[in-house]
Amino acid sequence: MGGDAPGLRVDTVRALRDAGITALLAFGLFLPLVGFQTVTDVRNDLILVTRWPLLLAVVAVVGIGRLAYSLAVEPWLRQRALLPATPAPAWRVQAGKWFLPFAIGFVVAYPAIVLATAGFGRAVKWIDNFGIQVLIYVMLGWGLNIVVGLAGLLDLGYVAFYAVGAYSYALLAKTFGFSFWILLPLAGVLASFWGILLGFPVLRLRGDYLAIVTLAFGEIIRIVLINWVDLTNGYAGITGIPRPTFFGIPFNAEDDGFAAVFGLEFSPIYRTIFLYYLILALALLTAFVTVRLRRLPVGRAWEALREDEIACRSLGINTTNTKLTAFAMGAMFAGFAGSFFAARQGFISPDSFTFLESATILSIVVLGGMGSQIGVAIAAIAMIGGTEIMRELDFLKLIFGSTFDPTQYRMLLFGFAMVLIMIWRPRGLISTREPSVVLKERKIIGADLVKEGHG
Amino acid sequence: MAAADDIILRVEHLTMRFGWLVAVDDLSFTARQGDITALIGPNGAGKTTVFNCITGFYRPSEGRIALRHGDAIAWEWLEPLTNGGERSVKRPAGALYLLERMPEYLVTQQARVARTFQNIRLFPGMTVLENLLVAQHNRLMLASGYTLFGVLGFPSYAAAERAAIERAKAWLDRVDLTARADDAAGDLPYGAQRRLEIARAMCTEPVLLCLDEPAAGLNPRESAELNELLLAIRDQQRISILLIEHDMSVVMEISDHVVVLDYGVKIADGAPAAIRDNPKVIAAYLGVPDKDVANVEAEVGL
Repeated sequence: MGGDAPGLRVDTVRALRDAGITALLAFGLFLPLVGFQTVTDVRNDLILVTRWPLLLAVVAVVGIGRLAYSLAVEPWLRQRALLPATPAPAWRVQAGKWFLPFAIGFVVAYPAIVLATAGFGRAVKWIDNFGIQVLIYVMLGWGLNIVVGLAGLLDLGYVAFYAVGAYSYALLAKTFGFSFWILLPLAGVLASFWGILLGFPVLRLRGDYLAIVTLAFGEIIRIVLINWVDLTNGYAGITGIPRPTFFGIPFNAEDDGFAAVFGLEFSPIYRTIFLYYLILALALLTAFVTVRLRRLPVGRAWEALREDEIACRSLGINTTNTKLTAFAMGAMFAGFAGSFFAARQGFISPDSFTFLESATILSIVVLGGMGSQIGVAIAAIAMIGGTEIMRELDFLKLIFGSTFDPTQYRMLLFGFAMVLIMIWRPRGLISTREPSVVLKERKIIGADLVKEGHG
Repeated sequence: MAAADDIILRVEHLTMRFGWLVAVDDLSFTARQGDITALIGPNGAGKTTVFNCITGFYRPSEGRIALRHGDAIAWEWLEPLTNGGERSVKRPAGALYLLERMPEYLVTQQARVARTFQNIRLFPGMTVLENLLVAQHNRLMLASGYTLFGVLGFPSYAAAERAAIERAKAWLDRVDLTARADDAAGDLPYGAQRRLEIARAMCTEPVLLCLDEPAAGLNPRESAELNELLLAIRDQQRISILLIEHDMSVVMEISDHVVVLDYGVKIADGAPAAIRDNPKVIAAYLGVPDKDVANVEAEVGL
């Protein structure tokens, strides 16, 4: 390692010094965080106990980690940077070509795979908590991707449109008894109406200002939902929301229920499988429409707007309308997802539409790579699926004690994932751009050229 | 002064103030159909401000900017239009637009004035071909039924897109960029980016093309090619060109008419040869008072 080439020599003294500084910093940081602990003693007094061994262990891990990085990882990275870039090996090109059909095949076959491996009893959990949950976020990520990734407008209040869709379905279905299939498009229309309503005041804003106003909009919607008790029942939420039916056949244990009609034994799994395919169809519709729109003038105008708004205006593009259509399209898909969410849960409350949801969806888009459909899908699987998997990691309790709950470390892991992605791939997992039209040869556009938009 | 029937653009008493600063002061000039009109002047003379007023990026503090399409009879509608408060008047014979009343996107979309920028403004992350298709946005938008037909995959949109690609290809051939059509615009060398920006402006099918320092940063060979391109646009398409330029060789070689600005005021207006010998212009460029021009000229050997 290192060799004799100048600049590649491993500088042990510097590495030791860096490790020392890092350990010192870690000591300062973890002294209050780890070194001291407040506990209530038997007389119910609060006392301070010290945990010197634990603190020492943490500091040592950080220091030795830094030393290892300086001595081993850094020289390796430098050496690799000097090597000429090798073209992707043939197997990776092949894998890239087969990835999409394989992925679609897998998600279509997923319920069958789960039924075969986990059995009838446990399958509901895997399809519902894992499959449906992830697909909702994939769909939301793809919807937000239109606004943030294509048009370059930073939207921190996306969950508001999700809420509009959910409450539209819940209220209209309960009050008027309309079916899911009528209310699904209606929820999309209402959400996109709110998208345009939000769009108007924020048209002139850019960057940070746009982010703040959209953030405020998300909070306004949530607070209205909490306080307009007559309509929304406030914090208590809406219960007993009608569930979707299989073309008029309800999923229940009655004689006219799905199981009875098809001569099957009643089980909640049929509804779950039906919901799974429903959200899969909705998500694929989102992807299909987005791919189509990218190749249409409106999609190119969105991307041009992200690249350079002034140039857009000089080419006769009405940037007002272009921004509004981006907000409306993004909001529409959130509305679809929201009405599906209400129908699946049967219960909604303002708790489901907090800022944290907006932040999660936005981080899915950012981690996945703005503008990339596949990247967003992978990020949604990793973040949402990863959280669900953490619930399953029972063996961790054996290590950390029975009170250990891995899901409580969710935000910590999100943070780690963000930091790692920002170091390793600052523009997201898939940051390259695919041209929307080709004359002779399809060339992928490097991330360094693609702009992120200014607002 | 040119005969009225030739005039395509009239700028009258144009004043642009930013707070207390008067960037353009009571400027009037005209541009004739099929002419290359150059707008020159020292740095900070207000040339780009005039461009921004003409193309709708600034709303002038005072003044009138009128553009004609079609027959010269349109000029007779100027006064009624100005007093009537409308943006434009369109009749079978022609049309007249008051550019100072229009937002920038309508100046391009309806009045068909295209522009380029001093610091090139391409869409760097989009391919060369995509850049040229974005320029045809309004026509394609109509063909796609405002997206609806396009999403549903109607064949009429596919045909319109093919036509747009053909038009883009024709311009790529003219600016010698066909081989790089599928490369990102940000990957092109500087001179090619300048040519692409002109091609993109031409894809909006303008009647008046406004170029803000198109020769800036070009080497002599590229500059000569640019001259040829601009002359071809003028002679083959009969498109009028308004040009801001610092490179005097470009200005003197290709322009038919030169307007000189200094501190926001017009100091000369005429044929290139006359401008070259105008003492006021020389004084403005050399930065000396009028009476010293003779001395300075003697010193530099003019």
